[in-house]
Amino acid sequence: MSVIEIRDLTYAYPSASKQSLRNVDLTVQKGEFAILTGPSGCGKTTLCRCFNGLIPHFYAGELKGSLKVAGLNVNEHSTGEMAKHVGLVFQNPENQLFALSVEKDVAFGLENLGMPRDQMQERVSWALKMTGIEDLKDRAPHELSGGQQQRVAIASVLAMQPEIIVFDEPTSFLDPLGAQRIFEVISHLNKQLGITVILVEHRLDLAAKYANHVIVMDEGKVVLDGEPREIFNSEQAWLLGVGIPKAVHLWRLLEEAGVSLKGIPISSEEAIQFLREVLWPR
Amino acid sequence: MATIEVKDVHFTYSTGVEALRGVSLRIEDGEFVAIMGQNGAGKTTLVKNFNGLLRPTKGEVLVDGVSTRDVSVAKLARTVGFVFQNPDHQLFSETVEEEIAFALHNFGFEEDTIKKRVTWAVNLLDLVEYRKTSPFMLSGGERKRVALASVLAWDPKVVILDEPTIGQDHRQKENLRQFIVQLNEQGKTVVVVTHDVEFVAECNPRVVLMKEGRIIADGEAKRILPDTTLALEASIVPPQISQIFQGLSFLGLPSDVIDVSEAKKILVDRFRELQS
Amino acid sequence: MSVFEGFRFRHVTSPIHNRDPRIKFAFVLAIFVVAIFFTEFLPLLVLFFLPLPFVWVAGVRRQWLRSLRGALFLATFIFVFNFVFGYLYKSYPTTTALLEYSLAMTLRFLVLVESFSVFFLTTSPDHLSLALEQSHVPYEFTFAFTTAVRFVPVLAEEAQTIMDAQKARGLELERGNFLKRVRNYIPILIPLIVSAIRRSLELAEAMESRAWGITSKRTNLYVLKIRLGDVVLLILSIGLLVLGIYVRYFVQIPQLSTFLPPLPF
Repeated sequence: MSVIEIRDLTYAYPSASKQSLRNVDLTVQKGEFAILTGPSGCGKTTLCRCFNGLIPHFYAGELKGSLKVAGLNVNEHSTGEMAKHVGLVFQNPENQLFALSVEKDVAFGLENLGMPRDQMQERVSWALKMTGIEDLKDRAPHELSGGQQQRVAIASVLAMQPEIIVFDEPTSFLDPLGAQRIFEVISHLNKQLGITVILVEHRLDLAAKYANHVIVMDEGKVVLDGEPREIFNSEQAWLLGVGIPKAVHLWRLLEEAGVSLKGIPISSEEAIQFLREVLWPR
Repeated sequence: MATIEVKDVHFTYSTGVEALRGVSLRIEDGEFVAIMGQNGAGKTTLVKNFNGLLRPTKGEVLVDGVSTRDVSVAKLARTVGFVFQNPDHQLFSETVEEEIAFALHNFGFEEDTIKKRVTWAVNLLDLVEYRKTSPFMLSGGERKRVALASVLAWDPKVVILDEPTIGQDHRQKENLRQFIVQLNEQGKTVVVVTHDVEFVAECNPRVVLMKEGRIIADGEAKRILPDTTLALEASIVPPQISQIFQGLSFLGLPSDVIDVSEAKKILVDRFRELQS
Repeated sequence: MSVFEGFRFRHVTSPIHNRDPRIKFAFVLAIFVVAIFFTEFLPLLVLFFLPLPFVWVAGVRRQWLRSLRGALFLATFIFVFNFVFGYLYKSYPTTTALLEYSLAMTLRFLVLVESFSVFFLTTSPDHLSLALEQSHVPYEFTFAFTTAVRFVPVLAEEAQTIMDAQKARGLELERGNFLKRVRNYIPILIPLIVSAIRRSLELAEAMESRAWGITSKRTNLYVLKIRLGDVVLLILSIGLLVLGIYVRYFVQIPQLSTFLPPLPF
């Protein structure tokens, strides 16, 4: 069952001379973990803003084409209504946290929805537990590390229990270990709770192994759309300069030299496994 | 005489946080050094001591033999250029040209020299078409180039780059990497503060690994990055290629591999051996 | 930056910190109103010492003293101003009376400063915003207030980073005449302002994405409940007001001069 259906989507920011999105066609199934990537300026962030209605409601400009998210036509529903179904986690952790304590921040969305207090308290505890930050609930956002702040942001979006969560380069400001932890949290939400995930990322070496769907954009269009392994192996991905994992790069070089592996490894674990079978046959 | 000499430096912030706990280091002229470690290990604090923005609470930092305590930041900046992580923390001028000329005016260069230097910097960083554009109109990547140009314009002996790869796509990182390597090859002392292991793996510079205000390793990237014990201690993620070779170590393959081409060669050779 | 230390609420709890901010405010207001009743030295002196036990219990002695020290300059000015003008316009029969009046006015100012200081030192911004919300102040204002407080340390840090970045390009903030120094702050202010604008845009996006404004019936995770301690404080405040009125209209307040030996002038 598809949870996002995009047909022929076109958009230009009000003051822009160029279109940011050009005839985008895309389908995302329920429960998928999709990675959206592409060179800077390709339109990924613009597309994210469409998913929850920031475009066209917050950004003005005309959104042409059809965009159905969680069964709702984005043009016909306010951002607030969309927020109940689609969460959006942004790049900069600092600028998503407004309150003076973690707990209050996680409750922010629920307060906006007018949820009764006891129900809110339960939800907040649940969201804190799901993201592993219960011990931080009374802390002030400024005291937290970037990784912790990002987990608070995720918890505050999760608390609203959307079916879909979109993450726009959530690990940009984090070090690799912090990034890994965030991907683990995201994967946990995807596997345990069945939340459809759309992750915009450049750091595919760390994130690729969680995905079952990869979409590559360039200059406002979707140029590649499919299964991770086939995308990473495609010539176009290489030419675009997408951050293909080193494991795939190694696989390619080995293939060219006549050393074939069982499949295309997209993580170091897979590479080790496949190489072991070839170099240490039992 | 080393260009930068750090002698048992301790630094504590006014908030009480002890960011550097006895760091000693020598950086020679023309070296390419990557300062690595987790966020909070003290990397940025350390490099801010190189141009006098911070002065040690205990110990001493010498730049070209002179203690940073005896010189102003402005004077040190002539020798040690610092490119900050976020270009938006610097940009304020009406045109890219003016932005690049800012430091040159501060340092008291002559008008003709300034014009020449600006042209040179603009060409170097591929910004010719934006010379008269407002920096605020440019994209993120372009603004980074403007910030870089404005530091290189006065041709400092040492260039420090604080987390230059943040927020960049793969291609931009590649271009940056090539640019930095070129800078170094032209004789500049380059210090990069980064947590991007793949980036460092591609350049293979000298790596200074930090943890909790101390240096826990100092040597060639090839030797330090694949070391899993060190990586664990410093909370960094080793490059994917070394992770793979770590997993295959029982096959007796070398463990200091971080480069893809080298990895391929070793694996292909081993494969051919097995065939025969 | 030490100026911002006062905004950084320390996670302290005490019987005073836990009091409902609305009741605390009522108490401070009572002190203020009573202070207005009097121009005599003695009652104002009593009022000055009144918040001291609260300061002690709340454990905010040092910060409280600091705020008083900050007010000292203005206090001296008020004293001198009153004394000089009173002297020139011969508003008072004796110099001692004038002295008393000037001292009383200074004290009144200090009473104002110290009582509000105690209020802010023992009330977290979160607590304060909650009080504002429950007092039916429109949520936009409370939100603007808490968000501003939340970002004060962030902005302070950013200002420092910008200064560092520009100093590393040879900008010298301490040199030059007044005009030059003011101009030198432009490379600091512009990035700061631009950054603030960008930040507010990002914040607005995040707010919208979490259903801001979808309903006017906003609920709250926390609620302020009036407890025994608050009732006690409220009674104290009312008692203070009543006492103040009584003393004003029915009690003869001794002049300071009755306690001091006659002065030569």
